[in-house]
Amino acid sequence: MIAAQLPALQIVIPLLGAVLTAMMRRGSWAWAVALAVSWTMPLIAGALLIQVLNSGPISYALGGWNPPWGIEYRIDALNGFVLLLVSLIGAVIMPYARVSVEKEIAPEKQAWFYTMYLLCLCGLLGITITADAFNAFVFLEVSSLSTYALIALGRDRRALLAAYQYLILGTIGATLYVIGVGLLYTMTGTLNMGDIAGRLDAVEDIRPILAALAFLTVGISLKLALFPLHVWLPNAYAYAPSVVTAFLAATATKVAVYLLLRYYFTVFGVTFVFETLPVSTIFLTLSLAAMFGASIVAVFQDDVKRMLAYSSVAQIGYITLGIALANQTGLTGGIVHLFNHALMKGALFLVVGAIFFRIGSVKLDDLAGLGKRMPITMAAFVVAGLSIIGTPGTAGFISKWYLAIGALEQGSWWLVLLLVASSFISIVYIGRVVEVVWFRPVGKMVAGVREPPNSMLIPSLILVAATIYFGFDTTMTAGVADRAAEALLGGNR
Amino acid sequence: MSGDFLVVLAVALPFVGAGLIWLTDWNANLREATTLTTAGALIWVVLKVLDLVLAGAAPATGAFEIVPGLAIALSVEPLGMLFACVASALWIVNSIYSIGYMRGNKEPRQTIFYVCFALAIASTIGIAFSANLFTLFLFYEVLTLSTYPLVTHKANADAVAGGRVYLMMLLGTSTVLFLPAIVATAFIAGTLDFTPGGILTGKAEGPVIAVLLALYMFGIGKAALMPFHRWLPAAMVAPTPVSALLHAVAVVKAGVFTAMKVVIYIFGIDLLATSGQSTWLIWVAAASLLIGSLVALTKDNLKARLAYSTVSQLAYVVLGAALANAWGMVGGSMHIAMHAVGKITLFFCAGAIYTAAHKTEVSELTGLGRTMPFTFAAFLIGALSIIGLPPFGGLWGKWYLALGALDAGQLTIVAILMISSLLNIAYLLPIPFKAFFGTAPGGPKRGGIKEAPLACLIAIGLTSAACIVLFFYPGPILELLQLIDTGKGALP
Repeated sequence: MIAAQLPALQIVIPLLGAVLTAMMRRGSWAWAVALAVSWTMPLIAGALLIQVLNSGPISYALGGWNPPWGIEYRIDALNGFVLLLVSLIGAVIMPYARVSVEKEIAPEKQAWFYTMYLLCLCGLLGITITADAFNAFVFLEVSSLSTYALIALGRDRRALLAAYQYLILGTIGATLYVIGVGLLYTMTGTLNMGDIAGRLDAVEDIRPILAALAFLTVGISLKLALFPLHVWLPNAYAYAPSVVTAFLAATATKVAVYLLLRYYFTVFGVTFVFETLPVSTIFLTLSLAAMFGASIVAVFQDDVKRMLAYSSVAQIGYITLGIALANQTGLTGGIVHLFNHALMKGALFLVVGAIFFRIGSVKLDDLAGLGKRMPITMAAFVVAGLSIIGTPGTAGFISKWYLAIGALEQGSWWLVLLLVASSFISIVYIGRVVEVVWFRPVGKMVAGVREPPNSMLIPSLILVAATIYFGFDTTMTAGVADRAAEALLGGNR
Repeated sequence: MSGDFLVVLAVALPFVGAGLIWLTDWNANLREATTLTTAGALIWVVLKVLDLVLAGAAPATGAFEIVPGLAIALSVEPLGMLFACVASALWIVNSIYSIGYMRGNKEPRQTIFYVCFALAIASTIGIAFSANLFTLFLFYEVLTLSTYPLVTHKANADAVAGGRVYLMMLLGTSTVLFLPAIVATAFIAGTLDFTPGGILTGKAEGPVIAVLLALYMFGIGKAALMPFHRWLPAAMVAPTPVSALLHAVAVVKAGVFTAMKVVIYIFGIDLLATSGQSTWLIWVAAASLLIGSLVALTKDNLKARLAYSTVSQLAYVVLGAALANAWGMVGGSMHIAMHAVGKITLFFCAGAIYTAAHKTEVSELTGLGRTMPFTFAAFLIGALSIIGLPPFGGLWGKWYLALGALDAGQLTIVAILMISSLLNIAYLLPIPFKAFFGTAPGGPKRGGIKEAPLACLIAIGLTSAACIVLFFYPGPILELLQLIDTGKGALP
């Protein structure tokens, strides 16, 4: 009985949790609720994914209203995978959150922090699970609005400006998205994604459809921080509280990528998107610009958090490169990188949060000699950094391997060279940190510090261990991504 | 014990040893005993595997597939066997030497030094026993990363700068050139397994072969083919035992060994010989060989001179691979072993001189032979072996390489080999001669003999004796190399 309601529970539980925490004063109680919710989520997502892999997509009619009239939750290999990713990251981050939040956020705001976090989680899971174009917009707003609040909770006053900047751009993105959905609704008379897909063929005037595609592409690209629509991201990541940065970097952009995949492959269909419009060329160009532009900017950052933020923009370029390739192998690479990058960037931001917890700064110069005082933490940084570079034996290598083979299948051997050349730039920016923390004499800020508390260290190490583990065992990552890519390209429409 | 278990054990032992060394941090004697025990156990296992290989077996493990087409697997073939023997035999000698050197110089952070050393050896054995290019690449990168802390061991500005060059060049070439070559090979051939006769025959032709070969040969940065050799002199900031075992044996030989493996088991020497797409490499290697020697002549710092000498000697092996005939293969492979023994002796001597007399420049060594006769005698033996004179092992590598060049009809190359030997004489022999017969500025020193610690001398004695023994008994190595299956039957 419960099993049949799992799709709804995936959304309802965090929502209820948010209501509950909103009524609490004490940060620690709210944290306990958030922890309970965060640990339940992967169980549900895991159960759903197993069910999907064994017996095909799940369709769930919300409130008993059958689609296309009611809202449908639909889970297939792709969004089952993303659901699991988002909820796993939440589950790993929550134990970490308590000490970090106590340090970085004023006591009277801590309970609110958890409310916003749960709303954000609910929104992200909602975008992923729903098969209704407008419902996705609602969840997009739920997650975005809570994200603005989360970023604004950052201790640095510039966090307000960063949140405001994101608010403006995020709202523009959401507006463009809803315009796109409106156009689709006008032309097809339905909001259910599967239904839209079925009716698009019959539409004679394709100009509004093209416009809808353009609006949706730009709107979603703003959310996923596709170069050059990424300008909100570095500030938002740099000034948000540490936990928020780690959570957003690992989930928010990934969910936006998922939404784009859903529209391109399920709603509009491969042929329409990639043959009537030069989408492939546009994405290829922008991905490469991100891979090189953002990586080079990352090399010149003095603040480690900002450096990693620019690195994220670059890494998103790899994911969109997979979309641009639009063949089985390339798309698998993009999807698997979505997962792998979430792990490694989550790990890196957690480590950076732990550093901030101990020395109150993440300026590169302040970290001199830190490797001698926090050897385990910094070793975790190095391993996750190797994964960013794409060293074999780490998860990052797997994604790049698929992307490279995908590029070759398309005959673009030069793309392989560009792929590895951009990896080389990441050696430089990761290497800068390594040199400062291991080879400079111990600085003033670092003199008396020790390893962070276990509640911070262990979650970071779990994610780092996962980046290694998924560099060897890829049945879950590449295996599922491969099936998802096959379903996307196999013409669900 | 079954073959596949022994192979896994050989790779796992030094990894486990590294862990144990780390755990025995609290007692220096126990820690050193752990290093020696691990090294002893490793050579024992490697020799067991050697028995199997000589008996005609090819021990191999099953493949652990990561994604389709990428698998981790180990298997032993004669060339890898030779490399593993050289590395593990010299590790034990080098460990004895390290103990004398590190204690004699009161180096800091010795535990991490021995840990990284064991990790480096583990990845070297992994490289030697890799069954496919991906596994090899994995261990290749681990080798780079585990040796970085060794290069930067002194942790001063020079060490950091040297380490930066080291890491950037090795990681850079491997990601930007080597990796794309692997990706392309996997794409073209559909496999990465080392296969007798190569995997590209009939699948790649014409300039594609030349381009792939270039990506491999320059991408395997550890082979130090010019212009990607700068990391090797930069790595000389490391303590001398590191320069001795890693930058004269394990790391650089892993480079040329990989080059050799790629030529024999990925391209196949027939494909290269018939397509003629490797001719350019002969000339690039010859240039690297001559220029390396010429630069060595100009270096006054002893370790820098030895480093450029290594650059030059590595090019011999690449040259052997580029000749793409049986004699070239035998010569190149032979040179891997012979040069290793000779060059490690020279580095041992350099370290002994530094420990006992605190001298690093060639010009300061004049007259020092009277206080350190044993060290300089060993230096002379090592130098003569490198030059390739009888009765020293170094002769054999050059002998077969010359035969290979003749076989390929490259008379110019034979001449270049001769010129290079003359250059070797010019930059190596003056060092012991001036030490013995020159007069130190300020008159001859008195005070009798003052040599390095005993542990260092034992190691020097062992390797210089090996230089002589290998001249008289190259048989076992030849026998092993003749087992190499090139796809068209065994080598001559």
